[in-house]
Amino acid sequence: MGLLDALNYPFDAPLILRKQAQLLRALSERPSEIQLRVALLGGATTDLLRRLLHLYLLRDGIEPIFYESEYNRYYEDAVVAREALGAFAPQVVVIHTSARNITAFPAITDTAEQVHRLVSAEVARFAAIWDRLETDYACIVVQNNFDCALMPGPSHLDASAPGGAQNYIAQLNTALVAAAGRHKNVLIHDIHLLSAVLGASRWYDAEHWYSFKLATGLEGSVASAHSTARLIGAALGKTRKCLVLDLDNTLWGGVIGDDGLAGIKLGKDSAQGEAFCAFQRYCLDLKRRGVLLAVASKNELANAQEGFSHPDSVLALADFSAFIANWEPKDSNLTRIARELNIGLDSLVFVDDNPAERALIREQLREVAVPEVGNNVADFAFVLERESYFQRVSVSQEDVQRASYYSDNRVREAASATFASHDEYLSSLQMQAEIAPFRELYLERVVQLANKTNQFNLTTRRYTSAAIREIAEDSNFITLYARLSDRFGDNGLVSVLIAEHKNGELHIDLWLMSCRVLKRELEYALFDSLVAAAQRRGVRRLVGYYLRTPKNGMVAEHFADLGFCLSERAADSSRSVWTFDIPASYATKNKAIKEVSNG
Amino acid sequence: MDEIITKLEPIFRDVFDQPALSIDRESSARTVQGWDSLTHVTLVMAIEQEFGLKFGLGELQDLENVGGMVDLIRRKSS
Repeated sequence: MGLLDALNYPFDAPLILRKQAQLLRALSERPSEIQLRVALLGGATTDLLRRLLHLYLLRDGIEPIFYESEYNRYYEDAVVAREALGAFAPQVVVIHTSARNITAFPAITDTAEQVHRLVSAEVARFAAIWDRLETDYACIVVQNNFDCALMPGPSHLDASAPGGAQNYIAQLNTALVAAAGRHKNVLIHDIHLLSAVLGASRWYDAEHWYSFKLATGLEGSVASAHSTARLIGAALGKTRKCLVLDLDNTLWGGVIGDDGLAGIKLGKDSAQGEAFCAFQRYCLDLKRRGVLLAVASKNELANAQEGFSHPDSVLALADFSAFIANWEPKDSNLTRIARELNIGLDSLVFVDDNPAERALIREQLREVAVPEVGNNVADFAFVLERESYFQRVSVSQEDVQRASYYSDNRVREAASATFASHDEYLSSLQMQAEIAPFRELYLERVVQLANKTNQFNLTTRRYTSAAIREIAEDSNFITLYARLSDRFGDNGLVSVLIAEHKNGELHIDLWLMSCRVLKRELEYALFDSLVAAAQRRGVRRLVGYYLRTPKNGMVAEHFADLGFCLSERAADSSRSVWTFDIPASYATKNKAIKEVSNG
Repeated sequence: MDEIITKLEPIFRDVFDQPALSIDRESSARTVQGWDSLTHVTLVMAIEQEFGLKFGLGELQDLENVGGMVDLIRRKSS
């Protein structure tokens, strides 16, 4: 295990603190996909948080540039003296406040009405900050809620009287969430839960507050930085997509090949069996939040599948988007799963009770997340949650349906094997597309695609959800999304295009497509729609850009294929610019997709 | 060399990111590059972790040079 493992759960806070310079060097050597301007507005000092957040963002492929407010100037920087923050132009603002920043606690004798007024005043102060930030910048706001009050300890009165301290914090947190819900770009960072997980006595450090104005002790700072980074990542659509599971002693107790269906431990009959059921329920819940499930097991396929016919099995075979059971090394099976699902290895999380298998995957496939789950099923879900790999800022219908898109793809592949030509296959699919400008319902998915798509992506520009929203509302931009369905099912929203109208031309800033619909001629249908939109504006010339990355070689000749002329190419081919003059009699390129509707 | 200084030196090397740094009782913010009020917080916390102790509010002024640190750590660990 290397030094970087200190950053994984259970976070080795003292080591991270001491070795931060070394960690920063190691992480800086990795390529970052996204640069991000992050402002920290603190109700406490933020120097330590900034350094920890730097490490955790870099680890997730985000290179931050920071702005920090002076101690406890979070309100002023956002609302009053706005020049400095304005010059920085933040993409993300983290409002790092805590129960230390509560202006006034009620008296224990206050009536519910008096307390309600205090709650409203406190939350209004934060809402004013969000309003201002929303008006000034198209940025994401990460807002800490309030952590547990350390004092006083648990008592009936403090929990139940309207003016009791714990009760007051609960009311504040409820009101904060309600107010955030009325703002488009405010995400609540749940430090209340973080403080509970760690325990308030470890979360807080009174000396460090009085001496250094640090909101939390060292462990709390590390946990907070970790989860802030994951929340920011989630807002950019960087979230793991697939949980790959071992079977024996991971999803049930015992070895099915030896013990047989009747011998494995699953169900209410034993403590162990109950714990395995609970972990299966947790996996099913992840699936309902849009996470794909897959199996990688060393077993005979028939034995492995039989396990799910157990009467107490919570998971069914149909819950898995990929299922591999054989005697091959697991690294090659994980590679196969990623390929089958058309996702990157960096989308996988691998859970196996066997430390040797975990070590193998860590060694062979560094992109795969391998949590240190131990060998006790009762801990698995807890460890996975602490890592918050599957953090999302919202769950769309799209996410939940994704699992079925992938199983539909397996049927499609089987069908394509029986056709004489690719055209024949395409026409047999009876494809229908919906191509239209961005709309509210799909913005989350657009952001996800913009930040995750690496292969079919001409410019690999990354966007925050706030930036996408601004573009969608700006009449200087043409935006298009495409959904594709066929006789096997719905592929969902799979392609995105953004073009800017300037100097009488349309500049294609972004064009990407999910690899699960490659070679379906959807790019032609999208291009036809772009041309039509250009014609409606009286624009005759399109300008396309190709910015090379290590992963987007497949679209290097994309514009040439569409009939664009090369107008400029960097000496090292890292960048090229292409133009297309729309002929008066433009003939549409798409033939395969039968029906195109405009949303 | 004082055994506490022997334990402190690698902490200083990590925190100030200077693998060849050597310290003695006279070392202070004036002699160690990068020792400012912000790195001081990291240094104090790292020492607390390494020695398994906590410095009280009235003790922080004793931490301004290595000699003061050594004496305070010795006093607190005995």
